[in-house]
Amino acid sequence: MPTTEKTLDEILDLAAMHFKVPREKLSPDDDFFKALGIDSLQTLDLLTKLENHFHVELPDYELQGVSDFRTLAGKIQARL
Amino acid sequence: MLDLTKYSCLGAVLRDALDRYSSEVCLIEAERDREKLRLTYSDFKEIALPLARALEDADFDANDRAAIIMTNQSKWLISAYAIFYCGGVLVPLDYKLSAAEHLQLLAHSKAKVLVVEYHLWRAIMQSPQFQAIATKIVLVTEAPLGAELAGAFRWEDFKRKGSPDFVMRQKDDVACIVYSSGTGGRPKGCVLTHENYLEQCRSLTAWYPFWPGVRYLSILPTNHAIDFMVGFIGPFVCGACVVHLRTLRPEFVRDAFVRYRITYVALVPMILKNLEKGLRAKFDELPKWKRALLDTMISTNRLLTRGRPNVSLSRMLLRNVHRGFGGELLALITGGAFIEPSTTQFFYDLGIPVVNGYGLTEAGTALTLNDLKPFRADTVGKPLPGVELRILNPDAEGIGEVAAHSKTVMSHYLDDPELTLQTIVEGWLLTGDLGRFERHGHLQLFGRKKNMIVTEGGKNIYPEDIETVFDGLPVKEYAIFAVNYIWPPKELGTREALVLILRLEQNQTFDKPLLEDISTRNRRLPDFKRVGGYLIWERDFPRTASMKIKRQLLAEEIGKFFERVAIVNL
Repeated sequence: MPTTEKTLDEILDLAAMHFKVPREKLSPDDDFFKALGIDSLQTLDLLTKLENHFHVELPDYELQGVSDFRTLAGKIQARL
Repeated sequence: MLDLTKYSCLGAVLRDALDRYSSEVCLIEAERDREKLRLTYSDFKEIALPLARALEDADFDANDRAAIIMTNQSKWLISAYAIFYCGGVLVPLDYKLSAAEHLQLLAHSKAKVLVVEYHLWRAIMQSPQFQAIATKIVLVTEAPLGAELAGAFRWEDFKRKGSPDFVMRQKDDVACIVYSSGTGGRPKGCVLTHENYLEQCRSLTAWYPFWPGVRYLSILPTNHAIDFMVGFIGPFVCGACVVHLRTLRPEFVRDAFVRYRITYVALVPMILKNLEKGLRAKFDELPKWKRALLDTMISTNRLLTRGRPNVSLSRMLLRNVHRGFGGELLALITGGAFIEPSTTQFFYDLGIPVVNGYGLTEAGTALTLNDLKPFRADTVGKPLPGVELRILNPDAEGIGEVAAHSKTVMSHYLDDPELTLQTIVEGWLLTGDLGRFERHGHLQLFGRKKNMIVTEGGKNIYPEDIETVFDGLPVKEYAIFAVNYIWPPKELGTREALVLILRLEQNQTFDKPLLEDISTRNRRLPDFKRVGGYLIWERDFPRTASMKIKRQLLAEEIGKFFERVAIVNL
């Protein structure tokens, strides 16, 4: 199983690629709404991409209140 | 449907509905494409009554308050019914608020009971202010076995055998305390009575009835006045079915329309706009000849349904579009924010009427609604039966503050007599919204009173009204403000001007065509209404649960970040 750090790295890579933001501009504790400049609908799109990448399912309601990459990584890691 | 005039409280009418429609399906809950639960009215009763009994045994009495913080799901409605059954007062809180805000509102409402989803409870438990929580009984749904709950009970285990005693309430007793999404720090708890809800339900169903077989897709948060009425009380008193989808991912929402052959859905304007965008993109992908055929069908439909909707005709002419929505959709319901007329017209032309309305938490759900006789994209409809509206101090163009008198208007603000006195004057609710009636009795809205600007020439300008000229501007979002609203003038006589705040799409740059587009639109306005300059804002606009821009908050953020001189002149 990958480590949380590796999961976090993969999330940041994927987010940077998908929303065309330079990877070096993203850090683990960033608010992804602000860092990626996305709204709640686009966030759902990001989550779908992450689910496909990690082969997990993340219910929307579990992510209520989650806005930083690190906590998101923790949620994904718990399902790997 | 049940005759609501015969009832004095929501608990009683819901109790009769559960018996009257016992074999009908009342709730379907789906996790993505997997159906998790399907309950008949009789099943619903069987789950709710042991919960009501357990609440009674825990000394939850008539008039005690119980808060719910949950996303849309069956346990929300089951818990609400159990609370009403015991004669309690429901406090539906917005699940999108932060844990600190939840704790603040729990304290303000003095809720004795809280029903909350596990993931939200976990956030509340981790909040620094958690120790001060005074709510005695907390019921947590979906908590994993063995999870640390800080003294809370698992909702699933909180039940008792034996019939609970039904507690009857009177019409003027309090049914709910609903916090309106004001942007200030002062909590505004609207105290709504049983009569408020019974009247609202009666007037709404008079124009848009539900019946057994209707399936309503519940997407707006149930804590919001619209979904509480059209996604719970309305369908239940008519024996209809509510579909809860536990995700808002567009791909599953689209599937749900088809899978459950949805009849009605209420949406915020932003989601509606998104649907429009998706459909337009699909239409653009069609081969030329198919596109031409579609355009012809749309024009024919528009012509033939000019006077009033004709659903069967529209379904025949535009079969594929309607199939994409499940084939049984009667209307999309919207409200709660200003919506672009071009969007509602787009759907109407496809044979899917958008029922636009206007309301505020203080007045229950809706004050006006479009009756589609005929459809009007440029108004928020006519006053609902039983609603009286007045325009106070109208100016030369007939525009003034909208005041409402209706049995749906709240009793008062919780523990705030001063604000109540300012808001309800001699039985009239002052909405703070500016509007006028046009000659067919439709209400047109222009903006919030506090956002209005009086020019040097004595003319009134409403930033929200001017925003409509920029409908369809190819940017992510935009708003117009009075410059003095963002940067209060330090000296008298500072000239009033308007500024256009632009939030660009990801990777979009402010280029010449965009500037020209803005300038062209600006020139369409009379000179005293023109926007003086623009500012690029690099964050999403803060919005309320119903997706209205939090204008005051946005103005404060901009004011802190930029100086007045940063405005680029147009």
